[in-house]
Formats: sequence, structure tokens, C-alpha cells
Amino acid sequence: MAQVGYSKKVMDHFMNPRNVGVIEAPDGYGKVGNPVCGDLMEIFIKVKEDKVEDIKFRTFGCGSAIAVSSMVTEMAKGKSLEEAIKITRKDVADELDGLPPQKMHCSNLGADALHAAIEDYWIKTGKIRPEDAKHKQGQEGEEGESCGNL
Amino acid sequence: MCGIYLDHQSCCPVDPRVEEFARHFSGKDFGNPSALHSRGLTAKAALEEARARVAELIGAESPESIIFTGGATQANNLAIRGAALRNSAKGKRLLASQIEHISVLNPHKDLKKGGFELNLIPVDSTGQIDLSSLERLADKGTVLTSIMYANAEIGTVQPIREASEIVHEKGQMLHVDGTAAAGKIAVDVQKDGIDLFTLSSNDIYGPQGAGALYVRPGVRIQPVLFGGGQERGLLPGTENICALAGFGEAARLARLEMAGESMRLRTIRDALIEEILKIDEARLTGHPSQRLPHHASFRFSRIEGESILLTMDAMFNIQVSTGSACSSRTLEPSHVLLAIGLRHEEAHGSMIMTLGRQNSMDQVPAIVSATEKTVERLRALSPL
Repeated sequence: MAQVGYSKKVMDHFMNPRNVGVIEAPDGYGKVGNPVCGDLMEIFIKVKEDKVEDIKFRTFGCGSAIAVSSMVTEMAKGKSLEEAIKITRKDVADELDGLPPQKMHCSNLGADALHAAIEDYWIKTGKIRPEDAKHKQGQEGEEGESCGNL
Repeated sequence: MCGIYLDHQSCCPVDPRVEEFARHFSGKDFGNPSALHSRGLTAKAALEEARARVAELIGAESPESIIFTGGATQANNLAIRGAALRNSAKGKRLLASQIEHISVLNPHKDLKKGGFELNLIPVDSTGQIDLSSLERLADKGTVLTSIMYANAEIGTVQPIREASEIVHEKGQMLHVDGTAAAGKIAVDVQKDGIDLFTLSSNDIYGPQGAGALYVRPGVRIQPVLFGGGQERGLLPGTENICALAGFGEAARLARLEMAGESMRLRTIRDALIEEILKIDEARLTGHPSQRLPHHASFRFSRIEGESILLTMDAMFNIQVSTGSACSSRTLEPSHVLLAIGLRHEEAHGSMIMTLGRQNSMDQVPAIVSATEKTVERLRALSPL
């Protein structure tokens, strides 16, 4: 039977999201998306010996936005920062057994939020300069713009 | 699957009495109504019986005013394209409310490509059309105005009689999409002053794939499909007797039961609205009183509608709808919610509940509790 709607894994992560919450005084913090577009994600990381020791997220968005956030935290936890920053949007979608095509762009922001959090840590520790960060913190996409959907 | 179904605006279960009635016409009473033998005559009789019942439901002059179609989308296309093209000598301006269904707006947009001009009538924050704008826009050269009887997303009922007076005073035609309203509230196409009226079978618990367009006697439209002479040549093609017979029976039952059923649903609806509005930052969308009796629609701040729909379904087995962008094919928020003045981030948090024959008052506590828990769960996840 052709797959209709979300995969079982997406629904599992949506209904039982992992690593929900906030880390007080995080070592790294990333926030991407825009409530105007219907998706806003934030990721908090705690770093120990260059590894993602702890990670938490909070997300405003649709089912796939929440599942993507949960999955990316699970994938990153325990990995070295160098490994974690290589996690791509596609890796996250693959790990969820795929996302509906129209959701691939708008709600698949988990990897971006993770990268923003890692870069935030690198900026704070002097590894990179702020202008070298690939992911801008905060909100992107204004009302009337495409909101990332194609 | 024993849940609580609250999405009657998108699909109604076929009434078991309708199913029983219609079943014969796919089995023992099969026949093509255009054929002159006995089987054809049986089918023709069933078709004309159905036409009479649909005509009665909306107070049409005669069964001949009813053109059967394959659903409301076909009826809307036939009304708009058929009337605009047939009467284009009188003018090439079209009017429609901002919150019309996509099957009304898209034929209009297509006509624009063919040289017609389209103007949209604005609505206020409750979703009612602005009659002074209608008065101003309906000037010379306007050939057709489309205003829906009631809106399926926000439940708001339009002041059709007032709109009709304005349109007719200027000698123009009024098309009314009655898909959401027919069988739910009393509609009388003659008293309401309607020239073209769309209705759908499934919205009144009939089979899907059937609908009708009422065409007031004397109103001229042209076909948009060409073939045999069925349906006065306006919608050619062999009739779907099974679905149309069911549609007729559904119309008969709706007419008989509408008053009592509307009262019953209104009571449940009011209880739902009262309880759900107690949730922090919950708002009603649409008109507080001029709304369909089975319709409750809300928005919640800081959470998103698709997540609401999925949580209600997966966790509580309650099926609702939403106007959120994230649940639509286009990923655009509902044009209806934007037209009533909601900002994008407000429109994302929409939830629509539409009641039906199988719902009862004793379900209200479970629905309210599920809504509270869903909102609480998603707000706990939300950074906003």
C-alpha cells in the first residue's frame, strides 16, 4: 500500500517527542524559523569534551516540525560537535523514514537549529568568528515572503 | 473505529437510510434514464423523484429548476462560467466575496484570463460581507455576483436577502454557493432572491459525487461540458442514478428533520463553545450568532493547527479540521482566516469542529477535555 500521510516514525516522534525542554545557561543555543511561517524551533546544547552531552528543544509547528526537532536531538546526543554539525536535513528526514514532499523545506529545520546551536558554542569559545557562522540566529522570513516553501 | 467524528464540513457519513434506498439503483433497479424500455423508465422515474425532493428542500419553483451535477465543484463551475459566458454581452465584470470556496474563486480567476474583470467583496472580522462595498462594486457592467450562503471554515451565515436586493436592484444575477448551508438552515431560493444556487449531496448525508445547481426560471446559462442532452443539455453525461437517488432521499430526510436536528446540534454546539472558550487564549472564529448551528471554530495562540488535528486524532480518536497553512496542499494559511483579518501566526492556530447526526451532548465533556489536554501538550512544546 502506498504511504499516506506521515510515517510511523514521524508519528512516534510527534506523539512521544524526545529531549523536550530547556537547558538553563546552555553552552550553545540555536533558534530558526518564524511563527509567521508556522514553524519556530530552538535547540539548547550542553557541551563536554567537545561532545553534545545534553540537548533539548522546543518547537512551534506542524507534526513534522515537532518530529524533526525530536529526531535531530536524538541523532546529535553523544556525538562530537564535528560529527553533529555534519547532520543534514536529508539525514534527519531519512532517519524518520521520509517526510511528505511539501514538508521537506518548510518544516525540516531541525538540522539548521542544531548547526546554529553548535556555531553559537564555537563563537562563544572563540573557535569561529560571528561572521563565519553559516546560520543566522533568530527569525528569518518575513510575512509575504515564501516562508521557505517551494 | 469508535471515536468522535467532528469533521462533517469535509465529509458526512452517508445516512444508513439513504444507503438502503440508493442501493437498489446499483443492483436490481439499474437502467439508463435516457432509454425508452422499462428499465430506462424505472431509472428515469427515480431521477425525477430525486429532482423533486431536492427542489422541495430549497423551495425551488419546480423540479425543472434543478440541474444535477457530479458535486458542488461542478455546480459552481457551471454557474459561474455558464452565466458569465452566456451573458457577457451585458458586461464582463464579476464579483465574489473574499471568502468563497476555492471552486468558486478558481473559475473566476480562469475567466479573468479570458478578459473578465474580478472584484472581491470584503468581509468584516466576523466574516460577513460588507453590504456597502457590494453596493459600490456592483455597478454597471457587472454580470454576476457570487456570495456563499454560509462559510464552512468559520460558520458565518451571510445576509443573502439584503445582498440579493442590492444585486437585483441593479438588474444583475446572484449566484449563491449553498454547499455548507443547505439542509442545515432553512433556505428558500425564491424568498431569498437567488438566481443560481449550488448544493452538494454529501453535505446532507447523501452519497459523494452528486450535487445540483438550481437555475431560476428565465435565467440563461450555457454549458461548460458538451455531449448528449442530459440535464437540459447543461450537464451532459449519463446520470449517476445510484448517487442521485440517494441525494434525493437525503434531501427528503433533511427537509423533514432539519428543524429538530438544528435545534439539537445548536445546543451541543453552544455547550462546546462555552467550555472551549474557557481555555486560556482561545478565541472563536466567525460570527458569534449568525453561524451554522452545527459549527464551532476556534483559534489558539502559540500552537499550530496541524499539530492540534494530529494530537486530537492520535491521542483521543477525535477528528477535527484546521485552516492552518501546514495542513494545506499549498502551505498557505486559509484565505478565509486572512480575510477576517487574522495575522498569519494567528491563522496557524485554527481548529474547526462541525457536528453531525451521530454526535450527542454526552460527548461534550470528552471533547472539551481532549481539547484542553491537546492545547496544554502543544503549548508545553512551544517556545512562544
